[in-house]
Amino acid sequence: MNELLRKILPTVQKPGRYTGGEFNEVKKDLKDVRVRVAYCFPDTYEIGMSNVGMRILYGVMNEMEGVWCERVFAPWSDMEKAMLENNMYLWALESQDPVIDFDMIAFTVGYEMSYTNILNMLRLSGLPLRTRERMGLKGIVFAGGVCTFNPEPLAEFIDFFSLGEGEESTPEIIALYDKAKQERWTRGMFLKEVAKIPGVYVPSFYDAVYNEDGTLKEMIPKEGAPATVTKRIVEDLDNAYYPTKMIVPSTEIVHDRANLEVFRGCIRGCRFCQAGFSCRPVRKKSPEVLYRQAVETLENSGINEITLSSLSTSDYRGLKELTDELIPYCEQQRVSLSVPSLRADNFSRELMEKLQTVRKTGLTFAPEAGTQRLRDVINKNLTEEEILTTCANAFSGGWNNVKLYFMLGLPTETDEDVLGIAELVYKVIQTWKEHASNKKRGLRVHVATAFFVPKPHTPFQWEQQITPQEYLRRCKLLKSHFYSKSIEYDYHDPALSRLEAVFTRGDRRVGSVIAEAFKRGARLDGWDEHFNNEAWMQAFERCKLDINFYTTRGYAEDELLPWDHIDVGVTKKFLLKERHRAMEGLVTPDCREKCAGCGANCLLKEVACDA
Amino acid sequence: MLRAVFEKQGNAIWISHLDLMRLFQRAFKRAGLHLKHTQGFNPRPSVSIALPMAVGVASRCELLDFEIEDEGVACQQIVSLLNGALIPGVKVLEVYEGGRKQRDIALLQCAIDLHYKNKIPAKAPASLEKLFAQDSLMVTKNGKNGPVEQDIIPMIQAIALEPLDAKTLRIRATICCQNPALNPAQLVAAIAANKKSYMPEYAEYFREEIFDSSHNVFR
Repeated sequence: MNELLRKILPTVQKPGRYTGGEFNEVKKDLKDVRVRVAYCFPDTYEIGMSNVGMRILYGVMNEMEGVWCERVFAPWSDMEKAMLENNMYLWALESQDPVIDFDMIAFTVGYEMSYTNILNMLRLSGLPLRTRERMGLKGIVFAGGVCTFNPEPLAEFIDFFSLGEGEESTPEIIALYDKAKQERWTRGMFLKEVAKIPGVYVPSFYDAVYNEDGTLKEMIPKEGAPATVTKRIVEDLDNAYYPTKMIVPSTEIVHDRANLEVFRGCIRGCRFCQAGFSCRPVRKKSPEVLYRQAVETLENSGINEITLSSLSTSDYRGLKELTDELIPYCEQQRVSLSVPSLRADNFSRELMEKLQTVRKTGLTFAPEAGTQRLRDVINKNLTEEEILTTCANAFSGGWNNVKLYFMLGLPTETDEDVLGIAELVYKVIQTWKEHASNKKRGLRVHVATAFFVPKPHTPFQWEQQITPQEYLRRCKLLKSHFYSKSIEYDYHDPALSRLEAVFTRGDRRVGSVIAEAFKRGARLDGWDEHFNNEAWMQAFERCKLDINFYTTRGYAEDELLPWDHIDVGVTKKFLLKERHRAMEGLVTPDCREKCAGCGANCLLKEVACDA
Repeated sequence: MLRAVFEKQGNAIWISHLDLMRLFQRAFKRAGLHLKHTQGFNPRPSVSIALPMAVGVASRCELLDFEIEDEGVACQQIVSLLNGALIPGVKVLEVYEGGRKQRDIALLQCAIDLHYKNKIPAKAPASLEKLFAQDSLMVTKNGKNGPVEQDIIPMIQAIALEPLDAKTLRIRATICCQNPALNPAQLVAAIAANKKSYMPEYAEYFREEIFDSSHNVFR
């Protein structure tokens, strides 16, 4: 550890997150390394180390001979200040070498409000922020992750994007870089070649042309770049790389547990959900492979908690087979097994009872909307009856705590729908009164509302976002109809969700707003104590961009959308059809009941969609 | 009950007491050693570390008490199994059965390295020696109920200063570490409050050895 760091560490919060040295961290001898990758997560260590995608790709890259991938996280504000005061550059945890010494700089981007952290990490590394300002092959910056399904807001800053799942494409990209470095290619030559790898998008090879009204007219590809870039997927999850030698953090992180991803994709089709559409098609993983990976991960890490993750774990076909094996193993090894995102069906209820680890605090529903009408519009196939039956069972089994999550500002929402939330909550309270086996401690109902953010690649990608004022009016209306003392109500800050709406559906021009807000001090925007809405509003003004253009305006159906040249498998035609069904209040059955024809199965060459 | 003596140094000094307990629990699992669990509604693995240490302090005399379910594993074997499952900077030096009651720990020999920016101020060693030779030295300590004044002199059994190199002055002290306990950082706080011009740029702390009240090495 260098002296500067030794001097700084005693002065910052949680110094352990800046040193590396955890169990299973990958170290390599520099004389065997030809390509060094600084893998950056644009948020704190505690958040980034909880990210499964990062764990996978860290392993994938380090499996490659001659390649050393190291981790970099965003410093907390106290560390940033200390770094600037001491002229210290951002470093990677494994070698503690400065990021500027690395060949490639990768970002994984899962949240729009981390965009300023990307800029900050580039700046703290001593790298120019914009693609056009960076020269040479060294220090090439690329990015992937869910947010990059609309890469346009970051187009100025990122040299190329790797879209979709990276298990197979990342080694192709790095192998190409290895070749380029040995053969001393120019930056331009490399970008031209890397653009030929399926799933790679080089934004500087596209010119954006706008109409007079500000909407997008055309994206013109240059340098032989493809008109549409299609995301990559892994077809055979059983044989795909999965990190069973996970890094075990020495300090506490947000999700401090092992994670087993049971399948990919989603059969549900909730119309607001970006992951539900952009992560299709559905691909299975066999229970045998999962069991083996669970045991290996637990043995290699010594961690005593494992979670089965996916977008909707109840829909995993092998759930019974897997848990029948895994529950006894976990009990014997004193490992707690958690299964989040279960649906309110019968098997899931039984499973919940079997899991010793389900403490009597955790009963969470996300009905998202208060009335059946609106739940049909958003295609959230969760009925009031299912919620109340599950609640009744849980209350008679001793649970006294329920969390209910909703969204406000959904398409077609009226005051009646808002009050429907109050009514549903009232019914939950009534159910408790009727069924609770233990009323001594009373009931706690935690209600939270989020501000609806229309997302690209969903049937609601064209929708308007309501104004923050209107959102707050609906929150107040709802609050005034909560009469019980058992209810605790939280609502999200609309200022933040409004910006999320801008950056999730933004075009190339919003990049200037990000740079301007960053210049005005915006960073760590996802953290309440750092979010500075003022800086953002000034940035919009300075850049002469109207925030409403991206939020309350809504996008026209015949408009060229900023992300239309990115293909995630689901067709625009299907999304449009789903949008129209939503407006008619028609539900679409889940993919297992009946294929809705989303088009994502076309991404598969070797296997069929496993919906 | 088994007791391990371990050292904590390098990057590992930034791991907090609670995190270190968890790190050991995981290391036992990785080593294939099964910790006994406490009885009760929420069973917890039975490990405890004597004298919780502040973040940023290095040590070569930490004690970890634990019980394992596996019978007939030799102490020497536990040492090598654990060391194969630990991280750089945390190393088990020995494991033995029994050991004295933790409450008999009384004194700590520690080193505090004062790192100066350019070189040790010429008059610093003599002046600081004088500071700690006073009959009484009140230092403000941040207690649970706000700041409290504390006389640190009665808790210092021995103290000496020696330059390590041109920039580093080492304080070596034997101080009370239990009932009452003196945090070595209080010695630096005393310099800050009374000899501001001799404050180093930063200080590093080491625990070298622990003793009972009769100056016998505690194990």
